[in-house]
Amino acid sequence: MPASLLIKNGRIIDPANTVDCVRDLLIVDGRIADSATALPAGASEIEEIDASGCWVVPGLIDMHVHLREPGEEYKEDILSGTRAAAAGGFTAVACMPNTKPVNDSRAVTVLILSQAEKADARVYPVAAISQNSQGSALTEFGELRANGAVALSDDGLPVRDSQLMRRALEYAADHGLLVISHSEEPSLSNGVMNEGIVSTRLGLKGIPTAAESIMVYREIALAECLGKRVHIAHVSCAMSAELIRSAKARGVRVTAETAPHYFTLTDEAVTGYNTNAKMNPPLRTEQDRQAIRQGLADGTFDAIATDHAPHSILDKEVEFDRAMNGIIGLETSLPLSLALVREGVLDEQKLIELLSVNPAHILGVEGGTLSVGARADVTVIDPDLAFTYTEEQVVSKSKNSPFLGEKLQGRAVYTIMGGRITHTLS
Amino acid sequence: MTTGYFFSHRHILDIEHLSADDIDYILTTAESFKEISARSIKKVPTLRGNTIINLFFEPSTRTRLSFEIAAKRMSADTFNISASTSSATKGETLIDTARNISAMNPDIIILRHSFSGAPHLLSQYVDAAVINAGDGTHEHPSQGLLDMMTVREHKKRLNDLKIAIIGDILHSRVAHSDILGFLRMGSEVFVYGPGTLIPPGLKELGVTVCSTMKEAVEDADVLMTLRIQKERQNDPLLPSFREYATEYGVTAKVASWARPDALIMHPGPINRGIELMPDVADGPQSVILDQVTNGVAVRMALLYLVTGNGNK
Repeated sequence: MPASLLIKNGRIIDPANTVDCVRDLLIVDGRIADSATALPAGASEIEEIDASGCWVVPGLIDMHVHLREPGEEYKEDILSGTRAAAAGGFTAVACMPNTKPVNDSRAVTVLILSQAEKADARVYPVAAISQNSQGSALTEFGELRANGAVALSDDGLPVRDSQLMRRALEYAADHGLLVISHSEEPSLSNGVMNEGIVSTRLGLKGIPTAAESIMVYREIALAECLGKRVHIAHVSCAMSAELIRSAKARGVRVTAETAPHYFTLTDEAVTGYNTNAKMNPPLRTEQDRQAIRQGLADGTFDAIATDHAPHSILDKEVEFDRAMNGIIGLETSLPLSLALVREGVLDEQKLIELLSVNPAHILGVEGGTLSVGARADVTVIDPDLAFTYTEEQVVSKSKNSPFLGEKLQGRAVYTIMGGRITHTLS
Repeated sequence: MTTGYFFSHRHILDIEHLSADDIDYILTTAESFKEISARSIKKVPTLRGNTIINLFFEPSTRTRLSFEIAAKRMSADTFNISASTSSATKGETLIDTARNISAMNPDIIILRHSFSGAPHLLSQYVDAAVINAGDGTHEHPSQGLLDMMTVREHKKRLNDLKIAIIGDILHSRVAHSDILGFLRMGSEVFVYGPGTLIPPGLKELGVTVCSTMKEAVEDADVLMTLRIQKERQNDPLLPSFREYATEYGVTAKVASWARPDALIMHPGPINRGIELMPDVADGPQSVILDQVTNGVAVRMALLYLVTGNGNK
């Protein structure tokens, strides 16, 4: 690694410092340096990147991914998952605990972090709320925090017991940990796609939006009544967005994320029994998609997260009812999100807040800024670069994306983690 | 028939993707085959040398038998595989099963499966033509076609009819195929049943969802009742079959609201005394057994057409 890296002529978009201008960015010893005053001696050692026409932004952070290690390394592992992250412009990811075994103990958290030492993105483990994510007894939040967990979630398995959720919010606050809710009322969610005309047409069992919104409201009610904070994962529908918007307006400490597929696709994508459009929560209607875009524009949503869920062909090339839920997302999140800027939903600053600044703040981790002295996690984006997303390009071990074959626009050309270039678009 | 019509379907996966011309052509073909079943020697050599596999992952008597009779009357060689849905838990996926069967070079695979979309999946992995013999709660296209054939036979048309469908629309793949088929042919479809068994989105399809039995049945040309699927009652969809019979059962009084020449239909098997009272099921307006007879003719037509014979 060269001691210094000079990114020249890029458009620096740094919402944390309300900067948006074309200038150079200097990185020295893995940190952002003041390019005006801190040019080091021995300038020949400086590696230069020409970022003309590109955006230079704080490294993107995906606060919701599944890396499948330990346990299902045939789908993804920490190294392959973080390579996919770097290829997508991400310098950090938070990984969900539904591994095998579940990350509900120090041993698993430490294993993840030890694997992550060699990885191409920072890995922030999210530990389970309950032991084995079974929803009956809390995990050891203090020890998990001490060993590197940044948040708690039983992701994929909603916490059925409201009392347990209440205790989790209270106890997590003592340890400065974020609780992330996979909001879904299990008794209403035993379908395989959104409930509506498309599910009727295809003869597939539907999941109503109420399955999500009922649980979103429970989390809001708990957070409001206890004065604690809660984060709602992967919001998919209009009703949930409205609940979060009104809760925020009354000062409830709730944050929320949505995913690129919810603002890009609708349940029509399932037509033809496309298992690469099967996910949980499911793709919703056009009305929901518009509401999600509105929620991104008006600040209802704090973050765009991918819910990157790699599954092998064995899990997807089956009858729709039998297929696993989830799609990969790390390599398509940025182009799909950039479309929101082109379509006038967001401005550039707001986009970078959603993809970098806010995830860092919500998780309480370093990042999301290009301030002098900050760790040099930087993404260089060519917002106009058009490409067709093909299976051959997919860096993730799994290829389960509904966007394969689509023409996308904008991607990361360099990803830099702590001054080290982890991805160069060749 | 439209001039220059060409039957272009390699598989019969659903009614949704059949045009009015396709349906018309299939029914006309079926009508021409119906006479074969009335002969003393009920066999023609049309599909001699063709191999047809009945791949049934779900129990079925009449549909399987109907396809088998249809195939044998056309001199095809038929093979029946009854696989339990749980065979997947033994390790073999549907695609592996398909590839293995495909390696034996069958011409047609007839698939019945408890999961919606299974025939679509199968059709992507085999060279044979695939005919959907009922998939999950999606469609049962050959049944929809035989229902249309029966109505056309008696009413001499398929447009401008009022079709009333009563009962479990949600789980009925037959209802889904009938709805799409009759709408496509220019008739109106009215449905009535308990709210728990009416799926969302029917209005967007063009169906009238009625709030009373009378609204659905009054002046109907066809009164189609559906089987209450007792095996699906683990979800609290109905308080009791007794109440269902009272509220949603088709009695002689209900049938009297329809046109005097209305057809009484049922895909079978009938839960007598629950969704359909015996005097109606066996009454003069009932065409339930005609449906069964026409099933063979429709299936003969489908086998004939998917093997590419229709355009010779």
